Amino acid sequence: MSIQITIDGMEINTEEGRTLVEVAAENGVYIPTLCYLRNQSCLGTCRVCAVRVNGNISAGCTVRVGKDMVVEVNSAEVADMRKAIVEMLFAEGNHNCPSCEKSGRCQLQAVGYEVGMTVARFPYRFEKRPPEFAAGKIWLERDRCIFCQRCVNLMRDAASGKKIFSISNRGHRARIEIDVGLADAMPPEQVKQAVDLCPVGAILEKRIGYDEPIGQRKYEVHSLRERTLNTEGASS
Amino acid sequence: MKTQTSPPQTASHELPATPPPASLLAARAGKIKMATISLCGCWGCTLSILDCDERILGLLDKVTITRSSLTDIKRIAERCTIGFIEGGVANEENIETLEHFRANCDILIAVGACAVWGGVPAMRNLVELKDCLAQAYLHSPTAVAGAKPVIPFHPEIPRITAKVYPCHEVVKIDYFIPGCPPSGDAVFKVLDDLANGRPFDLPSSINRYD
Repeated sequence: MSIQITIDGMEINTEEGRTLVEVAAENGVYIPTLCYLRNQSCLGTCRVCAVRVNGNISAGCTVRVGKDMVVEVNSAEVADMRKAIVEMLFAEGNHNCPSCEKSGRCQLQAVGYEVGMTVARFPYRFEKRPPEFAAGKIWLERDRCIFCQRCVNLMRDAASGKKIFSISNRGHRARIEIDVGLADAMPPEQVKQAVDLCPVGAILEKRIGYDEPIGQRKYEVHSLRERTLNTEGASS
Repeated sequence: MKTQTSPPQTASHELPATPPPASLLAARAGKIKMATISLCGCWGCTLSILDCDERILGLLDKVTITRSSLTDIKRIAERCTIGFIEGGVANEENIETLEHFRANCDILIAVGACAVWGGVPAMRNLVELKDCLAQAYLHSPTAVAGAKPVIPFHPEIPRITAKVYPCHEVVKIDYFIPGCPPSGDAVFKVLDDLANGRPFDLPSSINRYD
């Protein structure tokens, strides 16, 4: 059903039930997302897409648009709330961009640029989460994981349908885990898929490091905003 | 009184110096004073000032640098408008230098990953200090064969802190320029804005963390 919604005072005609972040992007309004993937069921884990919907703060990727919905994206208060969430993710893990293989193609880093983060307002925690080298083709840099659960939900063993990645423990003890047997059975394309799926540098392919020159890396060629807004020449 | 373990030392800024000509002093008088300090960092961020290239000449029409990491001046002698800090806090000397800088600068900018959150030196925050020192001095693969391994400890050597801290956890910092190091473009944009009375603004096109 055709409906009208309002985003930051702009009236938008769209279809009922569509995902808010998509409707916004089509109309040139960038809402930062991190765990969200187009055409995949929404995870709603990272909360970076927080917007105000009819007066309440909601994760924009979980919201289906409805008749006369009033959405606030870029007010100072809501924008600062999103920035605080990104800062919390940076403070909670060890995100040492200069030494990270994923730098320049890391979605967390790209979101940090988009929300204008220069420093985290929260104390940096320097969590000790030992890396996992047990699998043959993949290693996990656990202190970079932001627990978006993309890999947990989307990476499955082709034969059994079992999950390859999981999260153990809870709270600050939570760790990303890998099933070594299933991981070693992953074909090379699936390994690459898992590495690309990870929005940070937590899932990495062994024997491959800094394989793209600075200046030619994903988000340097086209920014995350350009990719999200589908600016000409850029794609997600 | 100087003790045997602490021989008399004179810092360069205490040495007698020829006063600059009156014309030079007059030209400097109207300029904004800026100083830079380097704490626990690699000086790469200071070199990013030089990466402003020829734009630095226009900047120097408005700004005079009273102390930089390239000189051996230990403390700034006069109050400055802009204080540029590179490096995080890793020892007691860093704390004293930073606190003196805060007390004598109107605006402090933390520049680079080390000043902003600790950077590469903060990688030692993941291990105990004693393990870190043992790895560096006792079990180092580059230790001189046959030499007695010693962890340096002397009153003249600043005491190392248990963890590396971002500058803003020690004193109030006004602005942050992340990057390892930040580009000359980012450094120039911020200094030029401040020198011309514009607000701090680091657009996403030049804000980088690596």
